[in-house]
Amino acid sequence: MATLAAVIASLLLAPTLAYAAENAPDAAALWFDWSRAWFAAILVLVCGAVIVCTEMAKHGWSTYVRPIAGLAAIDDAVGRATEMGRPILFVPGIMDLDQIETVAGLTVLAHVGEKAAQYDTALEVPTARSLVMTAAREGLQGAYLAAGRPEGFNEERVYYVTDDQFGYVAYTCGWMAREKPAACFYLGKFFAESLLFAETGNSIGAIQLAGTAEPAQLPFFVAACDYTLIGEELFAASAYLSGEPQQLGTLKGQDFGKLLAGGLLVIGCVLATLSAMSPGNETLRRSFSYFTHVILGKGE
Amino acid sequence: MRSLLRNTLPAVIAGVAGVVMIGAFFVPVAKPLQQLAEVWFTILAAMAFLIGGTNLFLHHAKKVAQLQAGWGFSAVTLTAFVGTVVVGLLKWGVPPAEKYPNVAWSGSYQEEGSVLWWLYEYVMNPVIATMFSLLAFYVASAAYRAFRAKNTEAILLLGTAFIVLLGRTYAGTLLTSWVPDAYGALTFPGMTDSVIMAVFTTAGQRAIMIGIALGIAAISLRIILGLDRSYLGVDE
Repeated sequence: MATLAAVIASLLLAPTLAYAAENAPDAAALWFDWSRAWFAAILVLVCGAVIVCTEMAKHGWSTYVRPIAGLAAIDDAVGRATEMGRPILFVPGIMDLDQIETVAGLTVLAHVGEKAAQYDTALEVPTARSLVMTAAREGLQGAYLAAGRPEGFNEERVYYVTDDQFGYVAYTCGWMAREKPAACFYLGKFFAESLLFAETGNSIGAIQLAGTAEPAQLPFFVAACDYTLIGEELFAASAYLSGEPQQLGTLKGQDFGKLLAGGLLVIGCVLATLSAMSPGNETLRRSFSYFTHVILGKGE
Repeated sequence: MRSLLRNTLPAVIAGVAGVVMIGAFFVPVAKPLQQLAEVWFTILAAMAFLIGGTNLFLHHAKKVAQLQAGWGFSAVTLTAFVGTVVVGLLKWGVPPAEKYPNVAWSGSYQEEGSVLWWLYEYVMNPVIATMFSLLAFYVASAAYRAFRAKNTEAILLLGTAFIVLLGRTYAGTLLTSWVPDAYGALTFPGMTDSVIMAVFTTAGQRAIMIGIALGIAAISLRIILGLDRSYLGVDE
Protein backbone atom coordinates (compact mmCIF):
# COMPACT_ATOMS: atom_id res chain seq x y z
CA MET A 1 0.00 0.00 0.00
CA ALA A 2 2.83 2.36 0.97
CA THR A 3 4.62 1.54 -2.29
CA LEU A 4 1.45 2.29 -4.26
CA ALA A 5 1.05 5.62 -2.46
CA ALA A 6 4.70 6.45 -3.17
CA VAL A 7 4.27 5.61 -6.87
CA ILE A 8 1.14 7.79 -7.13
CA ALA A 9 2.82 10.65 -5.25
CA SER A 10 5.91 10.51 -7.46
CA LEU A 11 3.70 10.34 -10.56
CA LEU A 12 1.91 13.50 -9.50
CA LEU A 13 4.90 15.35 -8.07
CA ALA A 14 7.48 14.55 -10.76
CA PRO A 15 6.05 16.82 -13.49
CA THR A 16 5.41 19.62 -10.96
CA LEU A 17 8.98 19.50 -9.63
CA ALA A 18 10.39 19.36 -13.16
CA TYR A 19 8.35 22.43 -14.11
CA ALA A 20 9.50 24.23 -10.94
CA ALA A 21 13.13 23.41 -11.71
CA GLU A 22 12.80 24.67 -15.29
CA ASN A 23 11.30 27.96 -14.14
CA ALA A 24 13.44 28.43 -11.02
CA PRO A 25 14.45 32.04 -11.85
CA ASP A 26 10.79 33.13 -11.51
CA ALA A 27 10.27 31.24 -8.26
CA ALA A 28 7.90 33.85 -6.77
CA ALA A 29 5.61 33.78 -9.79
CA LEU A 30 5.50 29.99 -9.76
CA TRP A 31 3.30 29.67 -6.69
CA PHE A 32 0.57 32.15 -7.52
CA ASP A 33 -0.44 34.07 -10.62
CA TRP A 34 -1.02 37.49 -9.05
CA SER A 35 -2.67 38.85 -12.17
CA ARG A 36 -5.58 36.54 -11.30
CA ALA A 37 -5.77 37.56 -7.63
CA TRP A 38 -9.15 39.32 -7.96
CA PHE A 39 -10.58 36.41 -9.88
CA ALA A 40 -9.37 34.10 -7.08
CA ALA A 41 -10.94 36.37 -4.46
CA ILE A 42 -14.33 36.33 -6.23
CA LEU A 43 -14.09 32.54 -6.65
CA VAL A 44 -13.30 32.09 -2.95
CA LEU A 45 -16.23 34.34 -1.98
CA VAL A 46 -18.74 32.50 -4.18
CA CYS A 47 -17.46 29.00 -3.34
CA GLY A 48 -17.22 29.98 0.32
CA ALA A 49 -20.85 31.10 0.30
CA VAL A 50 -21.88 27.82 -1.33
CA ILE A 51 -20.00 25.79 1.31
CA VAL A 52 -21.35 27.91 4.21
CA CYS A 53 -24.94 27.50 2.93
CA THR A 54 -24.38 23.76 2.54
CA GLU A 55 -23.16 23.50 6.13
CA MET A 56 -26.06 25.61 7.40
CA ALA A 57 -28.53 23.41 5.53
CA LYS A 58 -26.85 20.36 7.04
CA HIS A 59 -27.55 21.81 10.48
CA GLY A 60 -31.24 22.34 9.85
CA TRP A 61 -31.45 25.71 8.08
CA SER A 62 -34.56 25.55 5.94
CA THR A 63 -34.17 26.59 2.33
CA TYR A 64 -36.84 27.63 -0.12
CA VAL A 65 -36.15 26.91 -3.75
CA ARG A 66 -38.61 28.28 -6.30
CA PRO A 67 -40.50 25.58 -8.20
CA ILE A 68 -38.94 24.78 -11.56
CA ALA A 69 -41.77 23.80 -13.88
CA GLY A 70 -39.56 21.75 -16.19
CA LEU A 71 -38.27 19.54 -13.41
CA ALA A 72 -41.69 19.14 -11.86
CA ALA A 73 -42.85 17.89 -15.27
CA ILE A 74 -40.43 14.94 -15.33
CA ASP A 75 -42.87 12.71 -13.44
CA ASP A 76 -45.71 13.73 -15.76
CA ALA A 77 -43.61 13.01 -18.84
CA VAL A 78 -42.59 9.57 -17.60
CA GLY A 79 -46.19 8.88 -16.50
CA ARG A 80 -47.49 9.89 -19.93
CA ALA A 81 -45.07 7.52 -21.65
CA THR A 82 -46.20 4.74 -19.32
CA GLU A 83 -49.88 5.35 -20.04
CA MET A 84 -49.27 5.42 -23.78
CA GLY A 85 -47.05 2.34 -23.67
CA ARG A 86 -44.32 4.11 -25.58
CA PRO A 87 -40.61 4.53 -24.79
CA ILE A 88 -38.82 7.57 -23.37
CA LEU A 89 -35.88 9.13 -25.20
CA PHE A 90 -33.00 10.76 -23.32
CA VAL A 91 -30.31 12.65 -25.25
CA PRO A 92 -27.36 13.68 -23.01
CA GLY A 93 -25.99 16.21 -25.51
CA ILE A 94 -23.34 15.61 -28.14
CA MET A 95 -20.18 16.38 -26.17
CA ASP A 96 -17.93 14.30 -23.95
CA LEU A 97 -17.71 13.95 -20.17
CA ASP A 98 -15.19 16.80 -19.92
CA GLN A 99 -18.12 19.20 -20.45
CA ILE A 100 -20.00 20.07 -17.28
CA GLU A 101 -23.33 20.23 -19.15
CA THR A 102 -22.92 16.55 -20.05
CA VAL A 103 -22.33 15.68 -16.39
CA ALA A 104 -25.38 17.78 -15.41
CA GLY A 105 -27.42 15.92 -18.05
CA LEU A 106 -26.30 12.56 -16.65
CA THR A 107 -27.35 13.57 -13.13
CA VAL A 108 -30.87 14.17 -14.44
CA LEU A 109 -30.72 10.90 -16.40
CA ALA A 110 -30.28 9.05 -13.11
CA HIS A 111 -33.52 10.60 -11.80
CA VAL A 112 -35.42 9.96 -15.03
CA GLY A 113 -34.09 6.39 -14.97
CA GLU A 114 -35.35 5.88 -11.44
CA LYS A 115 -38.84 7.05 -12.42
CA ALA A 116 -38.77 4.92 -15.58
CA ALA A 117 -37.75 1.93 -13.45
CA GLN A 118 -40.62 2.55 -11.01
CA TYR A 119 -43.14 2.77 -13.86
CA ASP A 120 -41.49 -0.03 -15.86
CA THR A 121 -41.17 2.13 -18.97
CA ALA A 122 -38.49 1.65 -21.62
CA LEU A 123 -35.81 4.34 -21.61
CA GLU A 124 -33.65 4.75 -24.73
CA VAL A 125 -30.31 6.58 -24.43
CA PRO A 126 -28.35 6.92 -27.68
CA THR A 127 -25.03 8.66 -27.05
CA ALA A 128 -22.58 10.53 -29.23
CA ARG A 129 -19.52 9.68 -27.12
CA SER A 130 -18.29 6.32 -25.87
CA LEU A 131 -17.37 7.63 -22.42
CA VAL A 132 -20.84 9.12 -22.02
CA MET A 133 -22.29 5.72 -22.90
CA THR A 134 -20.30 3.95 -20.18
CA ALA A 135 -21.11 6.67 -17.62
CA ALA A 136 -24.81 6.61 -18.54
CA ARG A 137 -24.91 2.81 -18.17
CA GLU A 138 -23.31 3.02 -14.73
CA GLY A 139 -25.66 5.80 -13.65
CA LEU A 140 -28.78 4.05 -14.92
CA GLN A 141 -27.80 0.73 -13.39
CA GLY A 142 -27.52 2.47 -10.03
CA ALA A 143 -30.86 4.22 -10.60
CA TYR A 144 -32.66 0.95 -11.37
CA LEU A 145 -31.06 -0.58 -8.30
CA ALA A 146 -32.20 2.38 -6.18
CA ALA A 147 -35.73 1.97 -7.54
CA GLY A 148 -35.69 -1.66 -6.43
CA ARG A 149 -35.86 -3.00 -9.99
CA PRO A 150 -32.30 -3.95 -10.96
CA GLU A 151 -33.63 -6.64 -13.30
CA GLY A 152 -35.43 -3.95 -15.34
CA PHE A 153 -32.17 -2.36 -16.49
CA ASN A 154 -31.33 -3.23 -20.08
CA GLU A 155 -27.88 -1.94 -21.01
CA GLU A 156 -28.59 -2.51 -24.70
CA ARG A 157 -30.87 0.53 -24.57
CA VAL A 158 -27.86 2.73 -23.73
CA TYR A 159 -25.61 2.61 -26.75
CA TYR A 160 -23.08 4.51 -28.81
CA VAL A 161 -24.13 5.88 -32.19
CA THR A 162 -21.38 8.07 -33.63
CA ASP A 163 -19.18 11.02 -32.72
CA ASP A 164 -20.33 12.86 -35.81
CA GLN A 165 -22.82 15.62 -34.98
CA PHE A 166 -25.21 15.18 -37.90
CA GLY A 167 -24.74 11.42 -38.11
CA TYR A 168 -25.98 11.29 -34.52
CA VAL A 169 -28.89 13.57 -35.37
CA ALA A 170 -29.82 11.45 -38.40
CA TYR A 171 -29.90 8.26 -36.32
CA THR A 172 -31.76 9.75 -33.35
CA CYS A 173 -34.35 11.60 -35.42
CA GLY A 174 -34.88 8.48 -37.52
CA TRP A 175 -35.42 6.43 -34.36
CA MET A 176 -37.88 9.07 -33.10
CA ALA A 177 -39.85 9.00 -36.33
CA ARG A 178 -40.07 5.19 -36.27
CA GLU A 179 -40.59 4.47 -32.56
CA LYS A 180 -42.53 7.63 -31.67
CA PRO A 181 -41.40 8.06 -28.04
CA ALA A 182 -44.00 9.71 -25.80
CA ALA A 183 -41.44 11.78 -23.87
CA CYS A 184 -38.14 13.25 -25.06
CA PHE A 185 -35.45 14.70 -22.80
CA TYR A 186 -32.59 16.74 -24.24
CA LEU A 187 -30.25 17.70 -21.42
CA GLY A 188 -26.60 18.49 -22.05
CA LYS A 189 -24.49 20.45 -24.50
CA PHE A 190 -26.12 21.10 -27.85
CA PHE A 191 -25.28 23.07 -30.95
CA ALA A 192 -27.03 23.28 -34.34
CA GLU A 193 -28.72 19.91 -33.81
CA SER A 194 -30.92 21.27 -31.00
CA LEU A 195 -33.68 22.42 -33.34
CA LEU A 196 -33.52 19.23 -35.42
CA PHE A 197 -34.19 17.16 -32.31
CA ALA A 198 -36.84 19.47 -30.90
CA GLU A 199 -38.78 19.86 -34.13
CA THR A 200 -38.73 16.13 -34.83
CA GLY A 201 -40.01 15.52 -31.29
CA ASN A 202 -42.68 18.14 -31.81
CA SER A 203 -43.79 16.57 -35.08
CA ILE A 204 -44.41 13.18 -33.39
CA GLY A 205 -46.36 14.83 -30.55
CA ALA A 206 -43.94 13.92 -27.75
CA ILE A 207 -43.84 15.87 -24.50
CA GLN A 208 -40.41 17.48 -24.57
CA LEU A 209 -38.09 18.75 -21.86
CA ALA A 210 -34.81 20.40 -22.81
CA GLY A 211 -31.97 22.05 -20.98
CA THR A 212 -28.65 23.49 -22.05
CA ALA A 213 -26.16 26.16 -21.09
CA GLU A 214 -25.58 27.24 -24.70
CA PRO A 215 -27.36 30.62 -24.92
CA ALA A 216 -27.52 30.43 -28.73
CA GLN A 217 -29.53 27.17 -28.60
CA LEU A 218 -31.97 28.20 -25.88
CA PRO A 219 -34.39 30.05 -28.23
CA PHE A 220 -34.75 26.92 -30.38
CA PHE A 221 -35.58 24.77 -27.39
CA VAL A 222 -37.97 27.39 -25.99
CA ALA A 223 -39.77 27.57 -29.34
CA ALA A 224 -40.12 23.83 -29.90
CA CYS A 225 -40.18 22.16 -26.46
CA ASP A 226 -42.81 22.08 -23.72
CA TYR A 227 -40.33 22.88 -20.94
CA THR A 228 -36.84 24.34 -21.10
CA LEU A 229 -34.26 24.50 -18.34
CA ILE A 230 -32.47 27.77 -18.98
CA GLY A 231 -28.77 27.80 -18.12
CA GLU A 232 -28.42 27.59 -14.36
CA GLU A 233 -31.64 25.57 -14.02
CA LEU A 234 -29.90 22.67 -15.75
CA PHE A 235 -27.12 22.75 -13.16
CA ALA A 236 -29.61 23.09 -10.32
CA ALA A 237 -31.63 20.11 -11.56
CA SER A 238 -29.88 17.33 -9.68
CA ALA A 239 -29.94 19.27 -6.40
CA TYR A 240 -33.61 20.19 -6.91
CA LEU A 241 -34.62 16.64 -7.78
CA SER A 242 -32.65 15.06 -4.93
CA GLY A 243 -34.44 17.30 -2.38
CA GLU A 244 -31.46 16.87 -0.02
CA PRO A 245 -30.99 19.93 2.23
CA GLN A 246 -27.22 19.90 1.65
CA GLN A 247 -27.59 20.04 -2.13
CA LEU A 248 -30.36 22.62 -1.94
CA GLY A 249 -28.03 24.69 0.25
CA THR A 250 -25.64 25.03 -2.68
CA LEU A 251 -28.42 26.74 -4.64
CA LYS A 252 -28.72 29.30 -1.85
CA GLY A 253 -24.97 29.85 -2.08
CA GLN A 254 -25.47 30.67 -5.75
CA ASP A 255 -27.83 33.45 -4.71
CA PHE A 256 -24.96 35.12 -2.87
CA GLY A 257 -23.02 34.98 -6.14
CA LYS A 258 -25.91 36.71 -7.87
CA LEU A 259 -25.92 39.44 -5.22
CA LEU A 260 -22.18 39.88 -5.72
CA ALA A 261 -22.62 40.02 -9.51
CA GLY A 262 -25.43 42.57 -9.07
CA GLY A 263 -23.24 44.73 -6.80
CA LEU A 264 -20.35 44.60 -9.28
CA LEU A 265 -22.74 45.52 -12.11
CA VAL A 266 -23.96 48.59 -10.20
CA ILE A 267 -20.39 49.69 -9.40
CA GLY A 268 -19.40 49.20 -13.04
CA CYS A 269 -22.41 51.18 -14.31
CA VAL A 270 -21.73 54.05 -11.89
CA LEU A 271 -18.04 54.18 -12.79
CA ALA A 272 -18.75 54.00 -16.54
CA THR A 273 -21.38 56.75 -16.30
CA LEU A 274 -19.23 59.08 -14.17
CA SER A 275 -16.22 58.41 -16.38
CA ALA A 276 -18.23 59.29 -19.51
CA MET A 277 -19.68 62.42 -17.87
CA SER A 278 -16.24 63.70 -16.79
CA PRO A 279 -13.91 63.00 -19.72
CA GLY A 280 -11.07 65.01 -18.17
CA ASN A 281 -11.11 63.21 -14.84
CA GLU A 282 -8.05 60.92 -14.95
CA THR A 283 -8.83 59.25 -11.58
CA LEU A 284 -12.28 58.14 -12.73
CA ARG A 285 -10.91 56.88 -16.05
CA ARG A 286 -8.19 54.87 -14.29
CA SER A 287 -10.66 53.52 -11.72
CA PHE A 288 -12.99 52.33 -14.47
CA SER A 289 -10.11 50.81 -16.41
CA TYR A 290 -8.81 49.02 -13.27
CA PHE A 291 -12.32 47.75 -12.51
CA THR A 292 -12.96 46.33 -15.97
CA HIS A 293 -9.47 45.05 -16.81
CA VAL A 294 -8.06 43.95 -13.47
CA ILE A 295 -10.95 43.20 -11.11
CA LEU A 296 -13.31 41.75 -13.72
CA GLY A 297 -10.59 40.61 -16.14
CA LYS A 298 -9.09 37.14 -16.05
CA GLY A 299 -5.59 38.53 -15.82
CA GLU A 300 -4.64 37.31 -19.29
CA MET B 1 -14.41 -3.54 -2.09
CA ARG B 2 -17.18 -3.26 -4.73
CA SER B 3 -18.47 -0.11 -3.03
CA LEU B 4 -14.95 1.34 -2.96
CA LEU B 5 -14.48 0.76 -6.68
CA ARG B 6 -17.99 1.81 -7.74
CA ASN B 7 -18.67 4.71 -5.41
CA THR B 8 -15.73 6.06 -3.45
CA LEU B 9 -12.87 5.83 -5.95
CA PRO B 10 -14.69 7.58 -8.86
CA ALA B 11 -15.83 10.37 -6.50
CA VAL B 12 -12.27 10.79 -5.18
CA ILE B 13 -10.84 10.87 -8.73
CA ALA B 14 -13.46 13.46 -9.76
CA GLY B 15 -12.67 15.56 -6.66
CA VAL B 16 -8.89 15.43 -7.12
CA ALA B 17 -9.14 16.18 -10.86
CA GLY B 18 -11.45 19.12 -10.12
CA VAL B 19 -9.10 20.59 -7.51
CA VAL B 20 -6.12 20.16 -9.86
CA MET B 21 -7.92 21.93 -12.73
CA ILE B 22 -8.97 24.86 -10.53
CA GLY B 23 -5.56 25.05 -8.83
CA ALA B 24 -3.66 25.05 -12.12
CA PHE B 25 -5.54 28.17 -13.23
CA PHE B 26 -4.06 30.15 -10.34
CA VAL B 27 -0.85 28.25 -9.49
CA PRO B 28 1.50 28.02 -12.49
CA VAL B 29 3.57 25.28 -10.90
CA ALA B 30 0.50 23.00 -10.99
CA LYS B 31 0.07 23.38 -14.76
CA PRO B 32 1.89 20.09 -15.55
CA LEU B 33 -0.69 18.31 -13.37
CA GLN B 34 -3.47 19.87 -15.41
CA GLN B 35 -1.77 18.70 -18.61
CA LEU B 36 -1.36 15.24 -17.06
CA ALA B 37 -5.09 15.10 -16.26
CA GLU B 38 -5.90 16.14 -19.82
CA VAL B 39 -3.60 13.47 -21.25
CA TRP B 40 -5.26 10.84 -19.04
CA PHE B 41 -8.66 11.96 -20.28
CA THR B 42 -7.49 11.66 -23.90
CA ILE B 43 -6.16 8.14 -23.24
CA LEU B 44 -9.44 7.18 -21.55
CA ALA B 45 -11.47 8.63 -24.43
CA ALA B 46 -9.35 6.68 -26.95
CA MET B 47 -9.90 3.45 -24.99
CA ALA B 48 -13.60 4.21 -24.72
CA PHE B 49 -13.74 4.71 -28.48
CA LEU B 50 -12.82 1.03 -28.90
CA ILE B 51 -15.68 0.18 -26.55
CA GLY B 52 -17.95 2.46 -28.55
CA GLY B 53 -16.94 0.92 -31.89
CA THR B 54 -17.46 -2.59 -30.52
CA ASN B 55 -20.83 -1.55 -29.08
CA LEU B 56 -21.89 -0.06 -32.40
CA PHE B 57 -20.97 -3.25 -34.25
CA LEU B 58 -22.64 -5.61 -31.79
CA HIS B 59 -25.78 -3.45 -31.42
CA HIS B 60 -26.46 -3.41 -35.14
CA ALA B 61 -25.20 -6.93 -35.84
CA LYS B 62 -27.72 -8.26 -33.31
CA LYS B 63 -30.53 -6.33 -34.97
CA VAL B 64 -29.61 -7.74 -38.37
CA ALA B 65 -29.12 -11.29 -37.06
CA GLN B 66 -32.51 -11.29 -35.31
CA LEU B 67 -34.22 -9.40 -38.16
CA GLN B 68 -35.58 -6.90 -35.65
CA ALA B 69 -37.71 -3.96 -36.81
CA GLY B 70 -35.55 -1.58 -38.83
CA TRP B 71 -32.81 -4.19 -39.42
CA GLY B 72 -32.28 -2.76 -42.90
CA PHE B 73 -31.00 0.51 -41.42
CA SER B 74 -28.64 -1.49 -39.21
CA ALA B 75 -27.37 -3.41 -42.24
CA VAL B 76 -26.57 -0.11 -44.00
CA THR B 77 -24.83 1.18 -40.83
CA LEU B 78 -22.77 -2.01 -40.49
CA THR B 79 -21.77 -1.97 -44.15
CA ALA B 80 -20.72 1.68 -43.96
CA PHE B 81 -18.88 1.16 -40.65
CA VAL B 82 -16.96 -1.95 -41.70
CA GLY B 83 -16.28 -0.58 -45.19
CA THR B 84 -14.88 2.71 -43.88
CA VAL B 85 -12.72 0.98 -41.25
CA VAL B 86 -11.31 -1.45 -43.83
CA VAL B 87 -10.47 1.14 -46.50
CA GLY B 88 -9.01 3.42 -43.83
CA LEU B 89 -6.85 0.74 -42.19
CA LEU B 90 -5.67 -0.73 -45.50
CA LYS B 91 -5.07 2.77 -46.91
CA TRP B 92 -6.91 1.73 -50.05
CA GLY B 93 -5.90 3.83 -53.02
CA VAL B 94 -3.34 5.84 -51.06
CA PRO B 95 -0.29 6.58 -53.21
CA PRO B 96 3.13 6.12 -51.51
CA ALA B 97 4.61 9.21 -49.87
CA GLU B 98 7.11 11.15 -51.99
CA LYS B 99 9.80 10.50 -49.41
CA TYR B 100 9.31 6.72 -49.53
CA PRO B 101 8.12 5.93 -53.09
CA ASN B 102 8.83 2.21 -52.74
CA VAL B 103 6.87 1.72 -49.52
CA ALA B 104 3.24 0.97 -50.40
CA TRP B 105 1.61 2.19 -47.17
CA SER B 106 3.81 5.24 -46.56
CA GLY B 107 1.22 7.82 -47.71
CA SER B 108 -1.29 9.48 -45.39
CA TYR B 109 -4.65 7.73 -45.11
CA GLN B 110 -6.29 11.11 -45.81
CA GLU B 111 -4.38 11.54 -49.08
CA GLU B 112 -6.44 13.11 -51.86
CA GLY B 113 -7.63 10.46 -54.29
CA SER B 114 -7.71 7.64 -51.74
CA VAL B 115 -10.91 5.67 -51.20
CA LEU B 116 -11.29 7.07 -47.68
CA TRP B 117 -10.90 10.61 -49.00
CA TRP B 118 -13.44 9.84 -51.73
CA LEU B 119 -15.91 8.46 -49.17
CA TYR B 120 -15.54 11.57 -47.04
CA GLU B 121 -15.69 14.00 -49.92
CA TYR B 122 -18.54 12.46 -51.94
CA VAL B 123 -20.60 10.57 -49.35
CA MET B 124 -20.03 12.01 -45.88
CA ASN B 125 -19.90 15.69 -46.79
CA PRO B 126 -23.10 15.73 -48.92
CA VAL B 127 -24.98 13.76 -46.24
CA ILE B 128 -23.86 16.18 -43.51
CA ALA B 129 -24.83 19.14 -45.71
CA THR B 130 -28.26 17.58 -46.29
CA MET B 131 -28.90 17.17 -42.57
CA PHE B 132 -27.71 20.71 -41.89
CA SER B 133 -29.95 22.07 -44.66
CA LEU B 134 -33.01 20.68 -42.89
CA LEU B 135 -32.44 23.43 -40.33
CA ALA B 136 -33.81 26.02 -42.74
CA PHE B 137 -37.21 24.29 -42.82
CA TYR B 138 -37.22 23.59 -39.10
CA VAL B 139 -36.38 27.22 -38.29
CA ALA B 140 -39.38 28.28 -40.38
CA SER B 141 -41.79 25.87 -38.67
CA ALA B 142 -40.49 26.71 -35.18
CA ALA B 143 -40.70 30.44 -35.89
CA TYR B 144 -44.27 30.05 -37.15
CA ARG B 145 -45.33 28.51 -33.85
CA ALA B 146 -43.29 30.86 -31.66
CA PHE B 147 -44.49 34.05 -33.34
CA ARG B 148 -48.23 33.39 -33.31
CA ALA B 149 -49.70 36.48 -31.66
CA LYS B 150 -51.71 34.70 -28.96
CA ASN B 151 -50.83 36.97 -26.00
CA THR B 152 -48.97 40.18 -25.16
CA GLU B 153 -45.56 38.50 -24.83
CA ALA B 154 -46.03 36.73 -28.17
CA ILE B 155 -47.02 40.01 -29.83
CA LEU B 156 -43.86 41.69 -28.49
CA LEU B 157 -41.81 38.74 -29.71
CA LEU B 158 -43.45 38.90 -33.12
CA GLY B 159 -42.82 42.67 -33.41
CA THR B 160 -39.17 42.28 -32.39
CA ALA B 161 -38.66 39.38 -34.79
CA PHE B 162 -40.22 41.43 -37.60
CA ILE B 163 -37.79 44.31 -37.00
CA VAL B 164 -34.76 41.98 -36.77
CA LEU B 165 -35.83 40.11 -39.90
CA LEU B 166 -36.06 43.37 -41.83
CA GLY B 167 -32.91 44.74 -40.21
CA ARG B 168 -30.89 41.74 -41.35
CA THR B 169 -32.10 41.82 -44.96
CA TYR B 170 -31.81 44.27 -47.84
CA ALA B 171 -35.55 44.93 -47.66
CA GLY B 172 -35.12 46.70 -44.29
CA THR B 173 -32.31 48.88 -45.61
CA LEU B 174 -34.36 49.76 -48.68
CA LEU B 175 -37.56 50.54 -46.76
CA THR B 176 -35.84 53.00 -44.40
CA SER B 177 -33.25 54.43 -46.81
CA TRP B 178 -35.04 57.80 -46.73
CA VAL B 179 -34.29 58.29 -42.99
CA PRO B 180 -31.51 60.92 -42.52
CA ASP B 181 -28.14 59.61 -41.28
CA ALA B 182 -28.54 61.58 -38.03
CA TYR B 183 -31.51 59.33 -37.17
CA GLY B 184 -29.79 56.11 -38.25
CA ALA B 185 -30.94 54.35 -35.07
CA LEU B 186 -34.53 54.62 -36.33
CA THR B 187 -33.88 52.55 -39.46
CA PHE B 188 -34.53 48.80 -39.40
CA PRO B 189 -30.79 47.93 -39.46
CA GLY B 190 -30.13 50.64 -36.84
CA MET B 191 -32.87 49.40 -34.51
CA THR B 192 -31.64 45.85 -34.95
CA ASP B 193 -27.96 46.53 -34.30
CA SER B 194 -27.95 49.47 -31.87
CA VAL B 195 -31.06 48.72 -29.84
CA ILE B 196 -32.31 45.14 -30.01
CA MET B 197 -29.00 43.26 -30.40
CA ALA B 198 -26.72 45.64 -28.49
CA VAL B 199 -29.06 46.36 -25.55
CA PHE B 200 -31.89 43.86 -25.03
CA THR B 201 -30.23 40.73 -26.43
CA THR B 202 -26.86 41.44 -24.85
CA ALA B 203 -28.43 42.22 -21.47
CA GLY B 204 -30.53 39.05 -21.56
CA GLN B 205 -27.63 36.87 -22.70
CA ARG B 206 -25.30 38.26 -20.05
CA ALA B 207 -27.85 37.62 -17.32
CA ILE B 208 -28.10 34.02 -18.52
CA MET B 209 -24.29 33.75 -18.71
CA ILE B 210 -23.87 34.98 -15.13
CA GLY B 211 -26.43 32.41 -13.97
CA ILE B 212 -24.64 29.69 -15.96
CA ALA B 213 -21.25 30.61 -14.47
CA LEU B 214 -22.64 30.47 -10.94
CA GLY B 215 -24.46 27.23 -11.72
CA ILE B 216 -21.25 25.68 -13.03
CA ALA B 217 -19.40 26.77 -9.86
CA ALA B 218 -22.11 25.24 -7.65
CA ILE B 219 -22.41 21.92 -9.49
CA SER B 220 -18.60 21.65 -9.70
CA LEU B 221 -18.37 22.14 -5.94
CA ARG B 222 -21.08 19.53 -5.36
CA ILE B 223 -19.12 17.04 -7.47
CA ILE B 224 -15.71 17.93 -6.03
CA LEU B 225 -17.02 17.67 -2.46
CA GLY B 226 -18.83 14.44 -3.30
CA LEU B 227 -22.24 15.85 -2.37
CA ASP B 228 -23.71 14.96 -5.77
CA ARG B 229 -22.94 11.45 -6.95
CA SER B 230 -26.06 10.85 -8.98
CA TYR B 231 -23.97 10.80 -12.18
CA LEU B 232 -22.37 7.65 -10.75
CA GLY B 233 -25.77 6.18 -10.01
CA VAL B 234 -25.15 6.18 -6.25
CA ASP B 235 -27.35 9.05 -5.18
CA GLU B 236 -29.43 7.05 -2.78
